[in-house]
This record gives sequence, structure tokens and C-alpha cells, in this order.
Amino acid sequence: MRIKKHPIIDFKDRDKITFYFNNKKIDGLHGDTIASALHARGIKKLTTSLKYDSPRGFFCGIGKCSSCLMRVNGVPNVRTCIAPLSEGIRVETQGKFAEFPDADFKGKPVKTIDFDILIVGAGPAGLCASIEGAKQGANILLVDENQQIGGQLVKQTHKFFGSKHEKAGTRGTQIAKDLGEEAKELEKKGKIKLMLDSTVIGYYESDKKKHKFGVVKRDDYKSTLYEINCKAVVFACGAMENMLLFPGNDLPGVYGAGAVQTLMNVYGVKPGDKVIMVGAGNVGLIVSYQLLQAGIKVDRVVEAAPKIGGYHVHAAKLRRCGVPIYTSHSIKEVYGDGKVEGATVVKLDKNWQPIKGSEEKIDCDTICLAVGLLPSTRLLSQIGIKMESVPEAGGYIALHDNSMQTTVKNVYVAGDASSIEEASTAMIEGKIAGVSAALQLGYDKNAKSLRKQYIEELEKLREGPFSKKPRIAKKKIKKLLEKKNA
Amino acid sequence: MLDYEKTGVLTTRDLKIPTRKQLEKGVAIIECIQEIPCDPCVESCPVNAISMKDVNAPPIVDYNKCIGCRQCIGICPGLAIFVVKNEKGKALVTLPYEFLPVPEVGETLHALNREGKEIDKGTVKKVVGKGKTMVITVEVKEKLAMDVRNIRV
Repeated sequence: MRIKKHPIIDFKDRDKITFYFNNKKIDGLHGDTIASALHARGIKKLTTSLKYDSPRGFFCGIGKCSSCLMRVNGVPNVRTCIAPLSEGIRVETQGKFAEFPDADFKGKPVKTIDFDILIVGAGPAGLCASIEGAKQGANILLVDENQQIGGQLVKQTHKFFGSKHEKAGTRGTQIAKDLGEEAKELEKKGKIKLMLDSTVIGYYESDKKKHKFGVVKRDDYKSTLYEINCKAVVFACGAMENMLLFPGNDLPGVYGAGAVQTLMNVYGVKPGDKVIMVGAGNVGLIVSYQLLQAGIKVDRVVEAAPKIGGYHVHAAKLRRCGVPIYTSHSIKEVYGDGKVEGATVVKLDKNWQPIKGSEEKIDCDTICLAVGLLPSTRLLSQIGIKMESVPEAGGYIALHDNSMQTTVKNVYVAGDASSIEEASTAMIEGKIAGVSAALQLGYDKNAKSLRKQYIEELEKLREGPFSKKPRIAKKKIKKLLEKKNA
Repeated sequence: MLDYEKTGVLTTRDLKIPTRKQLEKGVAIIECIQEIPCDPCVESCPVNAISMKDVNAPPIVDYNKCIGCRQCIGICPGLAIFVVKNEKGKALVTLPYEFLPVPEVGETLHALNREGKEIDKGTVKKVVGKGKTMVITVEVKEKLAMDVRNIRV
């Protein structure tokens, strides 16, 4: 299941790591997560569902859902899709309700740390916010759940659109490296502190001067609790992929398209041999093309809407490789014994209703869902920020102004967590949030003029017809905020 | 709704077709006709033959200015630029390629149209690496200059 050769990614030789899966000794590679190592060995069933005991594999692949929970070294409910593989660990499938932990815990908060700005999430928005904030003079704590920085950029092997400012023509993977290096340089100078493999678990009793958060850092499956006090915070925690309702949608082999992208482009593991992609937006089109590059067959792309939602150039790349795109088509059901073995696709009428008799059965082992994203906002709502449902933004989002500040002072939001959009706009929003937070705290080298410049860049980038949705979203957010302040 | 929005396939009706003379000189055909926020092709052109009203506007190639230098092919993030040159009764189509194996000069391969269907056998004339995007020139029948848009090794 490992990808040996790839036209874009150099998969380097990695050291073998031996670990135990249900007491059986198997091996993975250094840099794997537990789930990617298991996939590479053909193990797709990671857990079972609560109600029907049906097998479950992972879905989101980035630590946002609960379909990959396993017991690791006595710790139950470990999200194995982001948990690093390490030598000798004992990975077990767990029962319907996880057994009580029998691991060693270090107990009490061991450390209290004070920072100017806490940035949650080291993706394009969070990295840019950190770099910009640090450049203004604020000291920054950047926390991310993954083993590496870059967020979802680390799997974007395609070249980015936009203009020079947004690093157009550069592959997302390279942008992740560039931003990561810039952040690490600032870390050497003591301006940014990076905390990886760490989760911001909640907001605690705070006062006007300080916001208090709990952060758990994982180290060899032993957790340490930190108390973080900061004057400002930027939430750049991204989004998770939407599920689609159809019979069989929980069979191992039904994945979010982004999860598949992570598996193949970050860990070099094939999700399967034959894929049906659901959704012809940019994510669906791009991931389909990247599946082909990884040597995996894409049978077709089905799209419920009457037209392709993504850029024509992405659709054209796929079509000239011979992959058909069926608009006004959807998945009716997915079937298989314990794993995906095939799917029924169906044509839809003008009202998006299935047309009887148009069903077609297709053998395949993988279904990718690229049907939109949901902003990750749970921490934001816990703080008591005014949240509203804005469908064009992808769901419930935190109201914010054009400096990215929410309805709670010194609490900012940026990127997909603020409204679903592109990585290029996430980077600019991150920059705006970073300079604004620094400015608010009194750090102002050239913060005001920079912020103005970034806001203008963002507006320009959003002018085109493909930005209609985020444009409406941001307009609605502005109106809702005005209404609240009135 | 336009056809290509449903199919993902452009036809020559959607494109500005160069004259015979321009084709003999060799010009860049940019198959990017939607308003998307992207402009690296403009800057890549050494003779300012590519213009754009603003970052969201589709690029326009001045076929009289274009020298068919192929610089823009490997730059375009959408892999949407092709250089076409008619020469001695054959067409030289230069296209971006991001798959393995990378073909070698002299190799015969399958020449595909915009739907991925084989419409000719092509001969590889030139292979240049632009980062990880390979820029490959393939010789096909002259009448297929505006149809061949991909290769399969």
C-alpha cells in the first residue's frame, strides 16, 4: 500500500518502527501516524460504531472526528490519525465504551506560561498570524495538534493560484516549508515558541487582562498539562470535512477527500486501488488528480449540482487524463462486507431527486467525499463569542470585524475557522489577525499601514466570481455584527 | 450554462484560434477562460504578450507579440498553457506533464485530446524540467494541433 514513486513528492527512505497491534508485532515507518502505518499494512478497520457495532475506519484524517479512536499504551480514545507512531507502542482496538485508562499520568498542571499572543493552529492562517505578530514585537505561543507544522498545506502538492504576494505558482508543500522555516527562525530569536503534538483543551476563568487556556502536550503518550495565560489569542483552527448521508457511509473506505490527500501525500500510503470521488468543487477535482499522480485509478467524479463547481482548469486536467465527471449525479449507497466493495451512483433530476432506473453499480474500494467543510469553532463558542449560522461560511462561525477581532476583546479568528475559503485568503487573514492582535497590545512597528495593505490585498483577491460565496459570507457577518452592536 | 461547465472540456469555439501564420511562428494557447484570481503567467512572459485587466480577469495572449518561448507553460498553476507550432506539415505541441514515467526524446507515445482519448501517436521532441512540472514537446499530425492536449507514456 506504500507509494514507491511519485512525480511531485520525494518519499525519502525512512527507518522502520516496530509496534504492536492487538498484541501482534507489526512495523511502520518513522514519521507515520498510527493510522497511516496500519493502512500501509492493509488494516482499515480501526474501531466500531457505538450503536450497531459496525466497522469504522478513519474519516477526516486530521484529528477532527472520532472515527479512528484506539487505545494506545493504556490511554483510550487516542486519535490515531494524528498520533505519532513510535517504537514499541501497544495499539489496541477498543470496545464500545473504552476501558478506563491504565497509563501513567503526570497529574497536576506542571507549568504555567505567560505569553502576549496564543495562536491556535499552525496552518497557513496561524503561521502567518504568528510571523506577523512576532515581527511587530509581540511574543507568541503557537500550538498545533500535529507532529509537524503547516496544517493542511503539507498535503497540497499542487501549485497555488493568486498573485506574487500569496506565493502563486508555489506548491502548498513548499509554502508550508517556507512559512515553517520563517517561524523557526523567529523561534531561534526567542520571539515565537512552537508547541506541537499539543491540544488547546479549553478556556478557563480569566480576567480582563488575561485569557487563560489549558494546553495538553503529548510526549510518548504521556500527557502534560500547561496553564497558558495570554493577552490576546488568534483561533486559526481550520475546518473539517462534511459527511454525506447515504447507506454505507460509515464503511471503512469512505473517506473525506482531504483525509485521502493526507494519507497519500504526507505519509505515502495508498488509500485503495479504485476510487469514486463525490463532489466536483476544487477539493474534489484537485484530490482526484493527485490520486492519479499517486498511481491510483479514479473511476469517475460525481457531482450533484448541474455544473462543475471548481475551476475549469482543474476539471480540464482531470478530463484530459480520461477521468469522466458526471454532473447531476450522486452516490445512492455504498456496499461491502466490512469494507467498501462497490457503490451505486444515480442520476438526479432538476430538483436534485434521484431518477428511478438510472442506478449504476460500480466496483471500487474507496469513496472520497469532497462535499464542503465545516469551520472548527468549538473553542470559540466556549469563550462566549457571539456565534451565528452563516450557510455561505460553512456553518456556525464567530462574528468578527475586518481586523478579524471577534465580539470578545483581544480574541481573533482567521482562515477556515472564520469562514470557509482558500489557503491564499487564509494566509492574508492570518496576517491581518497577527498584526491587529499585536497592535492592540501596543506593538506597532508598522502594524497600521501593514493591516491596511493586507485588507486591500484580501479585497482584491475576493473580487472574482468564484469568491461569491465567501464575499456573501463576510458581508452577512459584517451585517450581523452591526446588528449586534446597534 | 456553458457546455464546458458541465463537461470540463473546452472546444475550439471557446478559444481564440491563432492564424496559420501565427501557428507557423509558434504561439501560447492559454486554456484559462474563467475569472479566477491568478496571474503568474503575466509576469513570466519575456515579451509582455500576456495581459490581464486585474488578478481575477482571464489572461489574453497577443499572438502577434508571442514568440512561443514556452516559459509560461511550467509556471501556470492550472497547467492550462500549451504552445503550438506548425512545422513541415507536422504540429509541435508543448504541454505540461506531471506524471511518471517521464518520456524520453525520440519515444513514441499516445497523444490524447481534451477528453483523454487517444487521437494520434506522438513523437517526443523535447523534455524540459520546470521544477517538478515537466514541459514536453510532442510531434503530432498538423491538423491535430488544436486537439492534442495530453500524452500517455
